[in-house]
Amino acid sequence: MSKTQWEAVLTVPVDGERDHVQGLPTAAVTLVQYGDYECPYCGEAYPIVKEMLARMGEATRFVFRNFPISTSHPHAEHAAEAAEAADAQGRFWEMHDLLYERQRHLTDEDLHAYAEELGLDVERFDKEMAEHVHADRVHEDFMSGVRSGVNGTPTFYINGVRHDDSYEAEVLLDALETAAASAR
Amino acid sequence: MTEAPHHATPLPPGTVAPDFELPSTPDQRVMLSDFRGQPVILVFYPEDWSPVCSDQLGLYQAVLAEFQKFGAELIAISVDSAWSHLAFAKDRNLHFPLLADFEPKGEVARAYQVYRDGAGTSERALFVIDAEGVIRWSYVSPVGVNPGADGILRALEELRGKEEAT
Repeated sequence: MSKTQWEAVLTVPVDGERDHVQGLPTAAVTLVQYGDYECPYCGEAYPIVKEMLARMGEATRFVFRNFPISTSHPHAEHAAEAAEAADAQGRFWEMHDLLYERQRHLTDEDLHAYAEELGLDVERFDKEMAEHVHADRVHEDFMSGVRSGVNGTPTFYINGVRHDDSYEAEVLLDALETAAASAR
Repeated sequence: MTEAPHHATPLPPGTVAPDFELPSTPDQRVMLSDFRGQPVILVFYPEDWSPVCSDQLGLYQAVLAEFQKFGAELIAISVDSAWSHLAFAKDRNLHFPLLADFEPKGEVARAYQVYRDGAGTSERALFVIDAEGVIRWSYVSPVGVNPGADGILRALEELRGKEEAT
């Protein structure tokens, strides 16, 4: 066979210390998303993921990794760094949510305003943004995605295997429930 | 009519990559053999402007620095004209050559066995060619599916491994 096929699996396992995780380590299902804050499809998936997590309850934990495609989305890289800068102050998910809720407004001034809105130490935030302190972390996420077969955003992995179907609520819920059932 | 099934068998590994000369801009041409001495990633994609193509090439632009760590050159080819390529590359911030397999239409895609007769475009196909001009990896993706970059990186790693072993 000259046509090589391969299974797309998560090459860098979820690490509770390093990754941004919502939910319990004991959850039967781990949903990993590679996302770009400026990507409209990710914006579309954002409320769906929230709904899924609410419906699945403790059975599912959610991990978000950065995958900014800067060539298509000029603000995505800085937005990802802003979420990491918020993480440095223990506020990752609040910034993550805010960025998706206002994804049409992601200029550097907007990011600064969101840091203020969240009550972050803005001086520290601005310094880390200016020095691109978190750029390496964002790139690590990006490369782990590339090596895992992320081929656009959002790309989801359910218990380590790429979800090659739509992220419509019913389809995603069905896949999560199937994974939960087989993990039992 | 249903869409033609994707059954193309691209030129397999071990085959000498057919040389070609194609326009990269309205007044410049590129030959595959210009890149002898370094690995080449040849990306056939169906058309400029279609959503999957843009995602795929945008991703490759984002991964370009990783490809360059292997000394590899990335070249994309479609049946669109050089003028279309020029506008497309500018619009999408693509900084690698887009070659126009425009006249005779699809001749290079045919030589690599990735032309889709009914559609009049090429398959979405990837080739990794070594420094001696031999195909080391080939892959055809379903037309609507972005094949990502992991297969390319794996092929480049294998190439490097072989070079180090000799």
